[in-house]
Order: sequence, then structure tokens, then C-alpha cells
Amino acid sequence: MIAEVGHYALVLALALALIQATVPVVGAYVRDAALMTVARSAALAQLLFVLVSFGALTALYVTSDFSVVNVVENSHSLKPLLYKITGVWGNHEGSMLLWVSILALFGGLVAAFGANLPLSLRAHVLAVQAWIATAFYLFILITSNPFLRTLNPPLEGRDLNPVLQDIGLAVHPPMLYLGYVGFSISFSFAVAALIEGRIDAAWARWVRPWTLMAWICLTLGIAMGSYWAYYELGWGGWWFWDPVENASLMPWLSGTALLHSAVVMEKRNALKVWTILLAILTFSLSLLGTFLVRSGVLTSVHAFATDPTRGVFILLILCVFIGGSLALYAWRASALKQGGLFAPLSREGALVLNNLFLTTACATVFIGTLYPLALEVVSGDKISVGAPFFNLTFAPLFVPLMLAMPFGPLLAWKRGDIAGASQRLMAAAIAALIAMAVLWAWTSGGASLAPLAIGLAVFVIGGALSDLVERTQLFRAPFATAMRRAQGLPRATWGTVFAHAGVGVALIGIVCETTWNTEYIGALKPGGVATVGGYALRLDGLTQQQGPNFRAQIATFSVRNGNGDEIGVMTPSKRNFTARASSTTEAALLTRGFSQLYVSLGEVTADGGQSVRIYHKPLVLLIWFGPLLMAFGGLLSLSDRRLRVGAPKPAKQARGLQPAE
Amino acid sequence: MTLWFVFALMTAAAAFAVLWPLGRGSRALISGSETVIYTDQLAEIERDVSAGLIAKPDADAARVEISRRLLTAADSTRDAPSGVSLGSRRVVSVLALVGLPAMAAAFYLPLGSPHMADVPVAARRGPATVNQPMDNLVAQVEAHLEKNPTDGRGWTVLAPVLAKLDRYEDAARAYRNAITYAGETSDRRADLGEALTGVANGVVTSDAKTEFERAAALDADNAKARYFLGLATEQDGRGADAAAIWRAMLAKAGPDAQWRTVVQQALARVGGAAMPPPSQDAIAAASGMNEGDRTAMIRGMVEGLATRLKADGSDVEGWLRLMRAYMVLGDRDQAKRAEGDARAALGADADGLKRLDDGVKSLGLNG
Repeated sequence: MIAEVGHYALVLALALALIQATVPVVGAYVRDAALMTVARSAALAQLLFVLVSFGALTALYVTSDFSVVNVVENSHSLKPLLYKITGVWGNHEGSMLLWVSILALFGGLVAAFGANLPLSLRAHVLAVQAWIATAFYLFILITSNPFLRTLNPPLEGRDLNPVLQDIGLAVHPPMLYLGYVGFSISFSFAVAALIEGRIDAAWARWVRPWTLMAWICLTLGIAMGSYWAYYELGWGGWWFWDPVENASLMPWLSGTALLHSAVVMEKRNALKVWTILLAILTFSLSLLGTFLVRSGVLTSVHAFATDPTRGVFILLILCVFIGGSLALYAWRASALKQGGLFAPLSREGALVLNNLFLTTACATVFIGTLYPLALEVVSGDKISVGAPFFNLTFAPLFVPLMLAMPFGPLLAWKRGDIAGASQRLMAAAIAALIAMAVLWAWTSGGASLAPLAIGLAVFVIGGALSDLVERTQLFRAPFATAMRRAQGLPRATWGTVFAHAGVGVALIGIVCETTWNTEYIGALKPGGVATVGGYALRLDGLTQQQGPNFRAQIATFSVRNGNGDEIGVMTPSKRNFTARASSTTEAALLTRGFSQLYVSLGEVTADGGQSVRIYHKPLVLLIWFGPLLMAFGGLLSLSDRRLRVGAPKPAKQARGLQPAE
Repeated sequence: MTLWFVFALMTAAAAFAVLWPLGRGSRALISGSETVIYTDQLAEIERDVSAGLIAKPDADAARVEISRRLLTAADSTRDAPSGVSLGSRRVVSVLALVGLPAMAAAFYLPLGSPHMADVPVAARRGPATVNQPMDNLVAQVEAHLEKNPTDGRGWTVLAPVLAKLDRYEDAARAYRNAITYAGETSDRRADLGEALTGVANGVVTSDAKTEFERAAALDADNAKARYFLGLATEQDGRGADAAAIWRAMLAKAGPDAQWRTVVQQALARVGGAAMPPPSQDAIAAASGMNEGDRTAMIRGMVEGLATRLKADGSDVEGWLRLMRAYMVLGDRDQAKRAEGDARAALGADADGLKRLDDGVKSLGLNG
């Protein structure tokens, strides 16, 4: 009964979505409040039924009901409970169900907390949400139904892909989907504004927190995915410019741009039309990401099964929503009231610059990801656009962006003072120069660009701190006053500081890891010693062990530092999963500060040696610590429930003469 | 029936969600408006000024800006949606009461399987009874071992059953665990090798051979290990060496060794001398019995075998052994009848039938 109830709940959710997609629009047209309010209760009921459906599928996985085809194909009764639950979305059908669940969740949140929205705006927003939901319910029910049954239930399932049997599966996909689907809210708001032909002040007030929430989740999701690939795939790499990764990076870049332009809109009532376009583009890129990953166009760990009908169906959804919303934009954008004006050198101007760089970077990734695919379709040639392309195009775009980043928060709204801002960034610039000089001296003869990049990162971090010093008047006012001001600072300001510093921190990690990474690749026999990055690793022995549904070959390394003191034991392993007849590498990581030693096992060589890959990765953890800081900054800003007001700089007033209070 | 009742309840809930707002139409509905937000913003500026976050002139400028927007908004405040479109409401009510269930039925009926009950794994593992199929018992033991993976005795019991069910990969895993947790013995190593051979469809792989070698190292007289080492040698294309191994086995073994016929058969296959002269021990043992005793003993063994095969007819080697026994006892008709029973029992098992044919040929039953 569980399976059928879940199935029927999904069908009911579709029926409700269809009603939610039409009735409120009619209601807004005939100006009937009751009809518009149908959107609210329908959205809440739809959320309820989707949750029932998702809960039912989870229950089927937990009880290993092998009369459901999806469970047979992706589960195993011996699997640990955690992987039974995460296995629900570790496959195509289940992950799409998670997708619509999150979509319904956001719709339900708008319905539940949208009381302060103008009625017709709320009706339109929820209707647009329902259009998206309808398309995806149909997609699930017609091409990827997780509730289909089999008449002859087998005794055992085929188990989950071993690579996915990891704690990462519990975090990475839900986070990423919260990010992808979270952008659907700003999309729905944008389309609703276009339909209504006007943008309320409430519009801006609502879009920013939703965008911020989606952005936080996407940031964490991408960082988690990157760390997962780093320790699970056994290559020690953390970013491959793989199309699937790019698919998540594109919405992140445009989402970051959207986040900043939404701030301008909320605080200054400017950049309205541009924000709407960005909202449409960001969700379109999320849909594109879903298409790339789920259609089977790309082969990767993310493509669970390839089925041409699914690809065509998602492509159809993609065309209708992206084409439709952009056409609507082209038609209606001119009807929208233009917002406030500002001088080029102002906080607004800095944020426009930020938007320009971010969208250009996004376009670069877009071309690098889709050009090979398009070329293959047109001419049949297979080309691979990899790291060299992105390093050549992406990096030059990010350098000026990061150079400009510290200036932004220091400029005043409406009219800025670049000289004053530069002056206040002097300390950060000096710190950056010192860092560069020290590194240059220390690594003379090494890569010449690395010290420059580190200098840039220090400048970004220093800039973020300068902003804080400036606002609290630390070093100028008495310490107690500064502390009092620091307490009075809006949490949103602290959020900016953390998020911007996070970018610098991540950059330090990236530069250090790519420049000063040392490795040892070779075969070791028991007793053999490899020296990497000043650490000596001795292979003590190889043992076998039995896990619940796999058999592991474990190598034990004892690690000594430069002084010969033993600092730890590392046990990388290879796991063989019989049910899928496949194996995974479990890399061993030894963390020293922010640096890591990384050992992964290869094959056993003919003469009985164990081939190993050992890396020493200096400051590698900063790569993920940076995004964590960014997300933390985002959370701080999100927790600040106050309204955002950007006080404009009145004309004709010399900044330098202004008293403190 | 319960299922349809639940479906009806769910449909009713969905329809209610659509109908509910329609009933409370004329009452004032909460609706946010722009003016509220601008007044909130003005209040926010006051708070910022008192916290010392923005300077007075800046605050004044902001206040002017927002007040200007507030005035515009107040002028153009949209008339509260007052229209009550009874016609549309009626259409929506019909949609909720008829359209929604119809739509749900139209999608669910072709896709769903309302007649099927749930089949969770736990339900298949009820308490053990005599009638319960072997599979369920195995599943129970497996579930137990999942929770107590270090129970060596459990693995030892489970492994041969799995091998019997032709689940060789699982059997190999179980034997490995038995060796890990219950200790290494020659027999377990040999059984593991046999399971690995089963995984490879009867080919003695290098992994399997390693296991047999380990078994033989632990106990040089382990018959299974030696037989399979011979088989490995044969599969390497060295028939003569294989024959030597098997002949040595037969020479050393007692007359009542159960595996004697299997080895003899293998020997015949590689073209070695079919029957080595009976060993001294065998002659001594047999001569210690009188004719009647010996026949009775053999009859007893044969009947036991026949009863077992009647219960489980998939054991080709068993059938061949039975036929051979009847031949030895001089009962050709019984042997023929056993062959017929075997064919009936094996049914569609093509591989088994082929092996049976080969065996029958070597017995010379039809010649």
C-alpha cells in the first residue's frame, strides 16, 4: 500500500499543480480575491502530497520492498540504513522526486510566509511555480516514474553504485538541489513582475533573501561536491572543469551576480530590469544544469541512466521555460518603471561592474561547456575543452573582479569617492605587497604568478577587514567605542566581510595547492618508504578486511615528519563490491593544519608491489574553508531580518571633512 | 479496499484545499502593500541613525528619497481586489470536485498497480517453519550476519548452503568470513576454492588455485583440494599430470571414500587407466566382511541416496552415483529407471542434462 499511496499522492500533486497554475491567474484577471487565494492553499496541499510521496519512496527503500523496480535497481537489503535513505536520491527517478519535493517546499514557504505580499503578486508567483512543477511532475510520471512495480519481486536488489555509498550523498545532492531549485523563486517573482508589468517594493524585499538562501545552499553544495570528488575519486583533484561541475558553477556565477544586483534593488530601487533578467538567466542555467546532468548528454558519475525520451522531454521543458520567459522579458521589460539613477563611481556602479565580470565569466564557462557538445552534434567531431581554456579565460576575468571587490563596500551609495576608498584600502594593499615580497623571496625560482595571486588574495581579505575597521572606526575612536559600533553593525555588514574574505581564503588555497603540490606516484613493497613534501611514508603492510557489502584491501602507512617523529598512521584502501562487481578507492587523508597528505591505492603490480599515489597538498583545506566562510557570511546576512536601506550620498559635500557622528 | 478508502480520503483533502478559499471570499483578505514597506524603511532609518551607523545628512537624504516614493505609492495604491466573480468560482468548484478526481484517475489508473500488496524484505522473513522455502531461511541467516558480521559459526553454516543454491559469489564471501572469524582450516580453504571455481563457471581460476594450494599446504590429504588441483592441471592442458595427481589420490584413499567415483570419472576423462588396482587396505577391509553384509551395507547406502535424490533432483552427480551403484549391484533395470527419474527431475536444466548424458555414456549403461 505504501508504494501505491506514494504514487497516487504524486498524481494528486500534479492535479493540484495544474489547478494552482491556472486558477490564480484567472483570479488576478477578474480581480477575485478568493480565486487568487486558491494558489495559497493549493501550494500547501501540493507540498503535503509531495512530502507523502517522497516519504513513501523512502519507506520503500528502508524496508527494501523489491516489488518496486526503482528499489530493486538501486538498493540492497544488506546496505547500511544511511545508504538506504540516501539511495532514494542516488538514482535518476528518486533524484527527480527530490527535485520536485524541494520545488514544492519553496512554493509552500512562499504560500505560508507570503502574507505581506500584494495578493496578485503572490497569486502570480505561485502560479509560475506551479507551471514549473507541472512540467516536472509530468516528466517524472511519464518518463521516470519511481513507483513502477514488478510482478516478480527478486530476493535481492542490485545495490547502489559503490562510489555513491558515502556520506557525501547525504549532503551534496540535497544542498545542490536546494540551490538550483531555490533560484526558481526569484525566477517566479521575475516572471510575475513581467506579467503584472510593475515591480513592487515588496518584490525587491522578497527576492533578495530567497536568492541569498539558494545561493548559500548552492555554495555549500558545490564545495561539498568538490571535496567529495577530492577524497573519493582517488586522483587528488578538486575541480576538473568537467561539464557537470560547470553546470553547477554557471548558476552560481549568475546567482552571485543576482544576489548583488538584488541588494542594489532593495536598497536603492535601481537596476530593476537587469535584476529581472538575471533572475530569469540564473534559473534558466539551473534548468540547463538539470538537463545536462539528467538527459544523458554527458557521461559522468552523475548520469545514472541514459534514455533518449528523457533527454527530449527535459529539452522541451528547457525550451518552453527559457524561451518563454525571455520572450516575455523582451515584450514586457520596456513597460517596467526605471529605477533610481546613480553616478558611475558609486556603490551601485561597483556592483554593476561586479555583475559585468560575473556574467562574462559565466558566459565563458557556458561556451566552454556547450561548444564541444554543439560541435559534436553538428560535425560529429569530439573535442575536449579542459583546464587550459578555462585558465586562460576565467582567470583573467576574476583578477580584475577581485581587485575591484574591496572597493565596492567602501564606496558610498549614489555618488562614490574613489580616492577616499583607495586611501582606506592602503593598509590592505601594503599587506598584499608584503605578502608578495615575502613569497617571492621564499620561493625564488618558482612560479612567478603564484606570489602575485597570493598578494591579490591578501588584498581581498585585507580589503574586507578594512571595511570593518572603517565602519567601526577602530584605531581612530577609542577601543570601547569601536566595540560598541561593532555590536551595532547590521549582521548583513558582517556577512559581507565574511563572504568577501572567504573568496580571498579560497584563492590562497587554490594557488598553494596548484603551485606547491608535491606528489609521489610509484609502486611500494611492504617496508618501502616514499618521501613527499618533507614527510616520510613507510608502507607497513597490506591486509584484507570484510565490510557489510564489500571486501577491502587496506594498506597501512606510518608517517614521519622531517624530524623523524611518527605523526600518524594512514590506511588507504580499495573496496570491492560483489553485487555490482566494481571497486572504489578510499583515499586516506592526514590533516596538518590546513595542509593534507593524501594517499590512494592503485593496482598491485606484477612483482608484488602496491602502486600508490601520494600527494602533499599545502593549505588545500582553505579551498573549501573559503566557501564555508562565504556561506557563513550569507547566513549572517540572511539572519538579518531588518529592511535594507542604502542612504544616498548627498551631492556637494566633501567626504573628508565629515565628522564621525 | 483500504487502499481505495485511503485514495478517496486523499482526493477529498486535495479537493478541499481548492474549495476552502472560495468559501471565504467576501471577507477582507490580508494583502501586503507598498506603503507598509516604505513606512518600515523610514523606521529603519531612525534606528540606524540612533545606532550611529549613518550620519545625519545621509539619513536626511534617504528620508527624502523614501518619502517621495511613499507618496507616489500612496497615490497609486491599487484598489483592493474587490471583484467577486461567482461564475468563475462555480467553474473552479466543479474543477475541484470533478476535474481533480478525474485527472488523478486518468493518470493513476494506467500507471499504478493498486492490486499489488507491499513486499518488504522483512515480511519475507517470517518465523522458520518446515514448509518455508530454503531462500527465506538463508535470508534470515544473512540478516542475522549483517548485524553480527563477526559470527564465524554463522558464516560457517551459511556458506555451504549458499554454494548449494548456486550463489557462488556470496558463498565465497561467506567462506572468506568464516576463515577470518572462525579460523583457517584446510576444508574451509578448499571450499572457498570450490566456490570461486563455481563463480568462474567451473574454471579453476588462479585465485581458486591459490586457495586449493593453501588447503593442501594445511592438510596434504585434503581430497577436495587435491582433486581440484588436478582439475586445474587438466585445464592447463596437462592431462597426464592431472591423471598422476588423481591416481595418487586413489592409491592412498580407502575404499569407502565418497569421492572415489568422481575422481575415477575424471581420470577416465583424461584417458588415464580407469581402474587402478584396488589398494591393499580396500582388499583387507572388504575381505573382512561376508558377502551378505557387504551387499546389505551397499544397499543401505544406495537407498539413502535414492531418497535424497527424490527430495532434491537437481544433483546430477548424485544421480550418476546412484546409477553407478545399481550397475555395480548388477541391477541394470534399476539403473535405467534412475536415469529416467533423473531426466524428469532435471527437466529444463540443459546443462545438467548434458552432464547426465556424458555420465551415462561413460557408465556404458546404454551400450
